[in-house]
Amino acid sequence: MTNTPLTTQGAGRTGDKVFSGAALAAGCLILAVLFGVALFLVVQALPALVAPPDKIQGGHGFFAYIGPIVVGTLIAAVIALVIATPIAIGVALFISHFAPRRLASGLGYVVDLLAAIPSVVYGAWGAAFLAKEIAPAYEWMASNLGWLPIFQGPASATGKTILTAGIVLSVMVLPIITSISREIFLQTPKLHEEAALALGATRWEMIRMAVFPFARPGVISAVMLGLGRALGETMAVALVLSSGALTASLIQSGNQTIAAEIALNFPEASGLKVNTLIAAGLVLFVITLGVNMVARWIITKHKEFSGAN
Amino acid sequence: MSKRIDVKDLNVYYGDFLAVEDVNINIEAKSVTAFIGPSGCGKSTFLRTLNRMHEVLPGARVEGEVLLDGDNLYGHGVDPVSVRAQIGMVFQRPNPFPTMSIRDNVLAGVKLNNKKITKGAADALVEKSLLGANLWNEVKDRLDKPGSGLSGGQQQRLCIARAIAVEPQVILMDEPCSALDPISTLAIEDLINELKDQFTVVIVTHNMQQAARVSDKTAFFNIAGTGKPGKLIEFGDTHSIFSNPSQKATEDYVSGRFG
Amino acid sequence: MTATAPVARKRSAFTKGQLPKAAPYVILAAALVVGAAVMALIGFNPFGWGIVSAILFTIGLVSLTGITEGARKAKDKLATCLVVGSFLIALLPLVSVIWTVLSSGIPGLLTPGFLTTSMNGVTGTFDNKSVEEGTKVLGGVYHALMGTLQITLVATIISVPVGLLTAVYLVEYGNDRALARAITFFVDVMTGIPSIVAGLFSAAFFFALVGPGTKTGAVAAVALSVLMIPVVVRSSEEMLKIVPNELREAAYALGVRKWRTILKVVIPTAISGIASGVTLAIARVIGETAPILVTAGFATTINNNVFGGWMASLPTFIYTQILNPTSPSNPEPSAQRAWGAALVLIILVMLLNLVARLVARVFAPKTGR
Repeated sequence: MTNTPLTTQGAGRTGDKVFSGAALAAGCLILAVLFGVALFLVVQALPALVAPPDKIQGGHGFFAYIGPIVVGTLIAAVIALVIATPIAIGVALFISHFAPRRLASGLGYVVDLLAAIPSVVYGAWGAAFLAKEIAPAYEWMASNLGWLPIFQGPASATGKTILTAGIVLSVMVLPIITSISREIFLQTPKLHEEAALALGATRWEMIRMAVFPFARPGVISAVMLGLGRALGETMAVALVLSSGALTASLIQSGNQTIAAEIALNFPEASGLKVNTLIAAGLVLFVITLGVNMVARWIITKHKEFSGAN
Repeated sequence: MSKRIDVKDLNVYYGDFLAVEDVNINIEAKSVTAFIGPSGCGKSTFLRTLNRMHEVLPGARVEGEVLLDGDNLYGHGVDPVSVRAQIGMVFQRPNPFPTMSIRDNVLAGVKLNNKKITKGAADALVEKSLLGANLWNEVKDRLDKPGSGLSGGQQQRLCIARAIAVEPQVILMDEPCSALDPISTLAIEDLINELKDQFTVVIVTHNMQQAARVSDKTAFFNIAGTGKPGKLIEFGDTHSIFSNPSQKATEDYVSGRFG
Repeated sequence: MTATAPVARKRSAFTKGQLPKAAPYVILAAALVVGAAVMALIGFNPFGWGIVSAILFTIGLVSLTGITEGARKAKDKLATCLVVGSFLIALLPLVSVIWTVLSSGIPGLLTPGFLTTSMNGVTGTFDNKSVEEGTKVLGGVYHALMGTLQITLVATIISVPVGLLTAVYLVEYGNDRALARAITFFVDVMTGIPSIVAGLFSAAFFFALVGPGTKTGAVAAVALSVLMIPVVVRSSEEMLKIVPNELREAAYALGVRKWRTILKVVIPTAISGIASGVTLAIARVIGETAPILVTAGFATTINNNVFGGWMASLPTFIYTQILNPTSPSNPEPSAQRAWGAALVLIILVMLLNLVARLVARVFAPKTGR
C-alpha cells in the first residue's frame, strides 16, 4: 500500500477514452442525422426536380405543382397564428401575473395538457365535431360578409375548410407560444416591475411599461416557433380540410398544405410521384428550418441580453 | 502510511494568468500544516495543485515540481487519478453523495473504482474509517440511511471518513469548517489532531485561531494586489509565526492589522 | 375615555371613489340574466350564452369603472377581463376535445373484444350488418396497440443512449467548444423538424439503403427517433447541469476516473429527472401519426416483426378509420372504432405523463433523515 506507483497503465485510462469517445460520437451522430435528413431528401427529390414538366402531376412541372400548396400552407399557418398569438399571450400573462400564485403552476399544467393530446385526436375532433358545429357560422359569414374575398360564398356545408383547419392548428400551437411566453414574462426583472408599481401604475400599466418591452424578442421567437409547428403540422389539415385548388375564400372547400398533401398521397404513391412528394417535403423542411433558425437566433441573442441584467 | 511533500519552484497558471508564483515548501510526514492568508491569495489554488485537483478547471496548468516522498506528481506519464488516490481531499462544504447510504458513502472510493471487496472486509473498513472520523458512535445504528440526512458537522466527518477509507498518504482540507457551527468545528479540530498520527494533513483556513490550535507548521500566503500573483511569504513553526514572525506582512496579518 | 371615534363608519380616504367590492358579482349576475334573455330571442345554446354574457360583463364592468374610477382604472379592468377571457377561451378546446373523445370513445372501448382482436377479416359487410341489425361492432385495436408499443420501444432503444450520451458530452466534455455550441444549436433546430419530414427522411434513407418501397416498423422507429432524440438531449442536459460540481470533485478526490464518476455519481444523482424526461419524450412521440403513415404503411393484421412487413399503430388506425371507413356506406362502426382507439391513445399519453411526474418524485435523491 505504501509504495503504489504513481503511473498506472491500461484499464482505467482506456475506460476514460472509450467513454468520452462514445459521448463525442453520439454528439456527432446528431449533426450527421440532421445533415443526413437534408442529404437523403435532396437525393430522393432530385428526380422530380429534373423530370420533364409533363411527367409531374398537373403536367406543368414541379414548381407549378408546389406553388399553390406552399401558399395554402402559409394561409393555414397565418390563420393559426392570428388566432393563437393574442390568446396565448393572454393566457401566459394570466398565469404569470394575474392568477393567484398558488393556482398558477396548476393552471400552467392544464395548458400543457393541450400539448399532450396527440395531433390525430385534434384532427378527428376537428373533422367530427368542430367542422359540423362551425358550418352555420360560415353560412352567416357568406351571406353577411360575402363582399370580402376571404368570406366569399357559397360556404362549405360540411365546414371542412381551410379556416376550420387553421382554427384546429391554432389550438395546437397555443401551448407552444404560451409556455415560452410565460417563461419570459416570469423572467422580467422584479425591480422593473416594482419600480413601475411604486410610481402608482395600475397592473396593466406596469405590464406595458416593464413586462412587454423586456419580453418582446422572446415573444416574437415564441410566435416563430409556433409558426414552425403550424407549417409542418399534418394531421389537423389532412383530416379536417377537404382539399382542392387554391382559392381565396377561407370558408369554401379548397386549398391544400404541403404536409397534408404528402400524408394523403404518399402511402399510395409510386415511381416519380414518390420523388415529387419527397421534393415537397424538402421544400417544407427548408421553410421550417429557416423559420426555426431565425427564432433560435433571436432567443440566443435575447439570452445574452438578459444575462447582463 | 504517510509521506512527505516537497514543492520546488511551483508556478500555477489559469490560461495566461499567473495565479501563484514560485512556491517552495517542505511538508513533513505525520504533521499538520496550515495555510493562512487573505482571500484570493492563492492558498486554495495551491492546495489543489498538491493532488492535481486544479486540472478539473479548464486552462489550469503548473510549472515546477511537487514531490511525494521523492516522486514528482507532475512527472512524465503520471496519472492524476492515481495521484488523487494517494492524496485525498476534504472540501469547504460537506458533499456526501446524495444517492448513497452512509455505509456506501464510506465505501465510495472502493466501490466507484470497482474494486472487489468481501462483505466482512467492507464492514471492517466502514467501522475503522468511521471510528477514525469520530463518527461511528453517532451513526452505527443507521448505516443504511442516506448520508444527506446527517447534520452539517456529521456530514463533514462522513466526508473525512470517506477520504480516509481509501487509505491515502496525505489529506488536504480546504477550509473544512467554514460552513459549520462552533461545536461541529471543535469536533473536526479534535479529529485533525488525531489524524496526524497516521496521515500528513494540510489545511487551508481563514480562521487564525484555528490555525494556531491545530497546526504544527503554518504557511502565510499574501497577494500584492488584484491581478498580481499570490506568493508564499513565510513558512515556519506555528508558534513562531504567531508570536515572532520574521516578516512585517505576516505580523500585520496575524495581529489583525490587515486582511 | 371620551369617544372620539366617528359615529358613522366613513369610507377611508383610500377607498373613496371606488366601486364597492360586490360590484363585479352584481354585474356578472346582471350580464348572465341579460345574456339569457338575448339568447332566448335568437335561439338558446350554452356556448353562445357564455360568450354574450362575458361580453356584456366586460362592457358593464369597464364602463362603470370608467365612470366612477377614471379611464386608467377602466383600462386596467379591460385588460384583466381580456386576459382572464383568453384563458377561459383556451380551456374551451381542451374541454371539448376531452368530452368528444370520452363520449364517442367509451362505447367503442367497452365493446367486448375491442382491445383483444385485430381488424383481420373485418370487412364492410360486417359493418353494414351491425348497423342494420344492431349487433355489436366487430374488430379491434390489438394489432395497432401492439404496433404502437413495439415501434415506440424500438425508437426509445435508439434515442435514449444517443440522447443521453450527447447530453453527457455537452455537459461533461463540451467545455463550451465550438462543436458543443454547434450541437446545442442544431439540437434546438431539430426540435422544430416537422414530423412528416422526419418520416420522409427515414423513408428516403431506407429506400436508398434497402430498396424502394421499404415500409416496416423499424423505418417508423427511426423516424420517431429523429423526433425523440432532441427532446431527450435537452431534458437530460438540463438534469445533468443541476448536479452540483462538488459531487464530481468529491469523486475525483477519491481517485475515481471521470467516466466512472459520470456513470456512478453524476447520472445516478440526476436519474429521476432523466427518466421523467425520457417518459415525456415517449409520450410526445407515441401519438405521432404522420411519420408512421409514410414509413410503416397500414396493416389490418397482427405483425410482431418490426423488421418486416407493414405495421399498424394507434394513430394511423384512427386516421384510416376516419378517412377511409371500412364500409363507406355505413361509416358509424369505423367512427366508433376510431374514437375508441383515440381514447386508448389519450389514456396511454396521460398515463405516461403521470408516470413521468411519479418517477421525478419517487426516484429523487433522498434528503430526509
